[in-house]
Amino acid sequence: MLLKRVGLFVLPLLLLSGCQLTVLNPSGDIAAQQGDLIIYATILMLIVIVPVMVLTVFFALKYRASNKEAEYEPDWDHSVTLEVIVWSVPLAIIICLAGLTWVATHRLEPYDDLKRISVDQPIDPSVKPMEVQVVALDWKWLFIYPEYGIATVNEAAAIVDRPVEFKITSATVMNAFYIPEMAGMIYAMGGMETELNAVINAPGEFEGFSANYSGNGFSHMRFDFHALDQAGFDAWVEKVREAPLALDQDAYVALEPQSTAHPVTYYSSVEEGIWDKILNMCAGVDDLCLNDMMMADALGGGGIEGLYNRELFRGLCAADDPQGLFDILRPDLADRRDEIIHAMLSDDTLLPSSKAQAN
Amino acid sequence: MASPTAAVEHGTDIVNSAHWFWGKLGWDIFPFYDPIIFGTFIGTCLLGLAVVGAVTYFRLWGYLWNEWFTSIDHKKIGIMYMILGVIMLVRGFADALLMRLHQALASAGYVGFLPAYHYDQVFTVHGVIMIFFVAMPFVTGFMNYVMPLQIGARDVAFPFLNNFSFWLTVSGAILIMISLFVGEFAATGWLAYPPLSGLTFSPGVGMDYYLWSLNIAGIGTTLSGINLVVTIVKMRAPGMTWMKMPVFTWTALCTNILIVATFPVLTATLALLTADRYLGTHFFTNEMGGSPMMYVNLIWIWGHPEVYILMLPIFGVFSEVVSTFCSKRLFGYTSMVYATCVIMILSYIVWLHHFFTMGAGANVNSFFGISTMIISIPTGAKLFNWLFTMYKGRIRFELPMMWTVAFMLTFVIGGLTGVLLAIPPADYVLHNSLFLVAHFHNVIIGGVVFGIFAGINFWWPKAFGFKLDPFWGKISFWGWVVGFWFAFMPLYIMGLMGVTRRLSQFEDTFYAGYFFVALLGALMIAIGVLAFVVQIAVSILKREELKVDGDPWGGRTLEWATTSPPPYYNFAFNIRVHALDAWQHMKDNGYKKPTEGFTPIHMPHYTSSGIIISGFMTVMGFALIWHVWWLAAVTFFASLVWGIGHTFNYNRDYYIPADEVQAIENGKAPTMSPAE
Amino acid sequence: MSSATVETPKGGFEFIVHDDHHHDDGDHHHETGTMLGFWIYLMSDCLIFGILFAIYAVVGQNYAAGPAPLDLFELDKIAWATAWLLLSSITYGFSVIKMHENNKNMMMFWLIITGIFGAGFLYLSVEEFMHLWHIGAGPGASAFLSAFWFLVGTHGVHVACGALWLVVLLVQVQIHGLTHENKRRILCLSLFWHFLDLIWIGVFSFVYLTGVLL
Repeated sequence: MLLKRVGLFVLPLLLLSGCQLTVLNPSGDIAAQQGDLIIYATILMLIVIVPVMVLTVFFALKYRASNKEAEYEPDWDHSVTLEVIVWSVPLAIIICLAGLTWVATHRLEPYDDLKRISVDQPIDPSVKPMEVQVVALDWKWLFIYPEYGIATVNEAAAIVDRPVEFKITSATVMNAFYIPEMAGMIYAMGGMETELNAVINAPGEFEGFSANYSGNGFSHMRFDFHALDQAGFDAWVEKVREAPLALDQDAYVALEPQSTAHPVTYYSSVEEGIWDKILNMCAGVDDLCLNDMMMADALGGGGIEGLYNRELFRGLCAADDPQGLFDILRPDLADRRDEIIHAMLSDDTLLPSSKAQAN
Repeated sequence: MASPTAAVEHGTDIVNSAHWFWGKLGWDIFPFYDPIIFGTFIGTCLLGLAVVGAVTYFRLWGYLWNEWFTSIDHKKIGIMYMILGVIMLVRGFADALLMRLHQALASAGYVGFLPAYHYDQVFTVHGVIMIFFVAMPFVTGFMNYVMPLQIGARDVAFPFLNNFSFWLTVSGAILIMISLFVGEFAATGWLAYPPLSGLTFSPGVGMDYYLWSLNIAGIGTTLSGINLVVTIVKMRAPGMTWMKMPVFTWTALCTNILIVATFPVLTATLALLTADRYLGTHFFTNEMGGSPMMYVNLIWIWGHPEVYILMLPIFGVFSEVVSTFCSKRLFGYTSMVYATCVIMILSYIVWLHHFFTMGAGANVNSFFGISTMIISIPTGAKLFNWLFTMYKGRIRFELPMMWTVAFMLTFVIGGLTGVLLAIPPADYVLHNSLFLVAHFHNVIIGGVVFGIFAGINFWWPKAFGFKLDPFWGKISFWGWVVGFWFAFMPLYIMGLMGVTRRLSQFEDTFYAGYFFVALLGALMIAIGVLAFVVQIAVSILKREELKVDGDPWGGRTLEWATTSPPPYYNFAFNIRVHALDAWQHMKDNGYKKPTEGFTPIHMPHYTSSGIIISGFMTVMGFALIWHVWWLAAVTFFASLVWGIGHTFNYNRDYYIPADEVQAIENGKAPTMSPAE
Repeated sequence: MSSATVETPKGGFEFIVHDDHHHDDGDHHHETGTMLGFWIYLMSDCLIFGILFAIYAVVGQNYAAGPAPLDLFELDKIAWATAWLLLSSITYGFSVIKMHENNKNMMMFWLIITGIFGAGFLYLSVEEFMHLWHIGAGPGASAFLSAFWFLVGTHGVHVACGALWLVVLLVQVQIHGLTHENKRRILCLSLFWHFLDLIWIGVFSFVYLTGVLL
């Protein structure tokens, strides 16, 4: 803690800037730990960097050619002691940093559940994290709140001190979902689901944005993030529920085309299963869902006829009706159908469907 | 999910349907719509006409063709690489100024300067040019010029290949320069991640310029890497064992091994992306089972070693400069060599640190984070070694040494921020931010660029026989060094405020102050760039005044053992090496330059095949970009046929008669070119 | 002062190599340099194939609900192609033996046989690709097919280049005889040809055998 205080004092001074260093002084616990890590690591490295810089200047002055007083040994090129220092000092620092990295990386793994709400507030096991499904579109963000059955575009909200579990995907190119005040970023990628667990500890109006360049309208791919107390959040949900629009397939298809600086939009209800369809890139009318495709592939592909009649599998939805798909693809193995499907469904790596993770 | 409106949104994407003869070419390819580009276009055309006119007026075409373009002398090719680097530096830096100006204006609320699609092209082309066509040619130029001299060789192992590699690099550069005026360039970021760079999201020709330009230049780089590895392994002077090799040669060896072992990855990856765009394959698409993540992995498997391909030879330059200007042996030569090799190997196992935020899991992320940090150990050891070389030395603060000290002070900060970015949880908040931008400019400008200027000032007298003017050199130095801090300190700070990179518009004016300071810094660097050009011009005018003998700095390695500039055969005799710092050792032991007893020297003929084949390939690239299939086919077969024809030439070498060598060595004949 | 130690020969240092055999030495130098350079080139080429293999490993089972290897590969034809290519490697070996014996005519005979086998392989390859194209299993049909077309296609293009080189070399040997340069070129092409054989063994086992049998 002392280190942190020193760091918080020194670093801004160094940077000639007293305010708004969001990354070092954020409002969410995860981001705060990530910011602290920057400070600790910086101090650790300064142990070796400051002497190097001082010595560089000192030697440069002392051994300048015009200073004939200084010693001169043109053939001196080796010293075991110095070489040991030369290698061991960086080594020691890196060993410390490596330990720090290992521990911090595991503690702050974005896919894992939170270990605490804040420094002085442990996690409450009875409170379920609020799930928010995030879709990156060209060039706007869609947020779906399955718990409340609402959805919003370019505006999000969360309850102070309640963990949030973001499920992130992209319906377009790669983006990065980032709310600097809350937690570090995670990529949003088409056909894949990434995850971010975080919490916001102070009420306020914050901003979030895409932190990975995604094309023409990228600069405006920003959203307001409201950190609200329970009452404020309930009021916000009510406000969204009053909106005339509903997020169904048609509304989504209308939302999907490219648009820049899209206005904030509320959807009072959300069609069942739309997230799975977006994730599997089949929210459009005649797309073959990725999970169905993967199911077909795991069963040995659709054969040569699969080149011509992919619609055979379309709309079948492997998640709902794996038996139907199996019957089409593998009539030869009909007798072992249930056994094979069971094995496939219990194996995440074989059939990623909605569990697809990066790498 | 593919959106048909993409073309409309991107503004200028040229998606003309292909005509059988003209391909996608049409009148709309010229940038009439944009006064900035069109003005530059007119200006460049006039400048080009002036240059062509001047060359014609002074009847220099024959000279250029016979003495330079068709030359397979490694020294001339090295110089041509440096000229290419300087030209492209001016272009790339103009883009940088444009970006700084635009962000300063846009952050202050004035949005009209550059539209997004234009700004996006500018930052893409800036990155591509600075890495592939500025840093690479400079580094390759140094290795080409200096390394054979340092090992006491008369040329590289495959002199024709060397010329061909150079022209392939030029070919890539030409395609990129054409894209400024004919059509557009990619608007994808310098590594062109799919699916953004795929046909669905970038339907225009910009991405095709990117691909063909890098494909062609990349092949040249690979060939050059093979060439230089073989040169170092096979052509060292008798007695020069591995541990008597100059440090620069060591770093050149490691760099070229890295080139040979990584550029094929780039070639393959870009070829597959090209296939996605031209043949409709699904390697990196979102659909049909493709995997964009695979591209990100592959491109960084090339991309991270690439950083060290640029950095290692520059470490070598600094090592030579430090020991020369401290008039002292390099401290810790052995650990320097091992550090170089360790960096070379480690650079392969760190690529994932460029995308921790993909969410590969804590174990994978911490492995790559820690392996990245480990690289800082040998790098730190190198810094200490330079430091202790200064210790008990007699430091002469000539320009190369000034650049070196500036490098040591600047580079450590870049190293610090680099290690910060290597800590995955810290990277989650710093990734893709302006902090990252500041970091890699800190190591590339503070490391590579400073080293390039140190090297140019150091070896210029070797190449031309006169020193560079120190007054303008110092202006350039201070412009760059001070300008660098002004330009990038605000970026570090804004990164810590959570500002992300590649923004062309801002929603509030909060950051305007910082962007204006950064613009100020960029303008100071502009003074540095201009002063460098002036420095060269002034030095050429004052060349008699600045004239030096063969060894102006008190050099320590073999390149200083011959005259400056060296005769085209480099050394009249093979030199036997007895010690590290061979030339210093020769001087200490009373070496006298022989004046008689010369023997004929075996040399290769010049050939025009390299430039001609590359010329065909440039046209082929252009034809492929614009879907002019017949022209692509014709030029492809032309280059193939010419290449095969070249192998039918069995008369490739000749002997310089002993009396001619004697005349040159005794100063009675010009040294620069063979009289064929 | 430690590493400053240098062995001091009697009578001072000799810094100049007076090499009377300089010319031969230079040629010899160049010879080994070419072989080393060609080796390094092959390694870089090998890396390209490595990438293609890796990509096939990653996306090789993404059939996009289309055909899988089992539906497409005709193993007996592939076995013939493999046989042609392996045989061509052996006949190239004979050719090199004859080259060392300075037997120009026999050298050329075996080189022609090699070329014929190579052409046989290419014919079967092209036939396979034509077949795939006609049934609609082109490189754009799925990620698996993209990876397959590129891996096998890149190998095929290499063989075609090798065959072209072989023809050029035949002409050059016919004109200039078994000179120093031509021998060097024959050895380089030999390396190239065997290298392609090796890659094909990888393709055959990794793509065809595992694809059909597993």
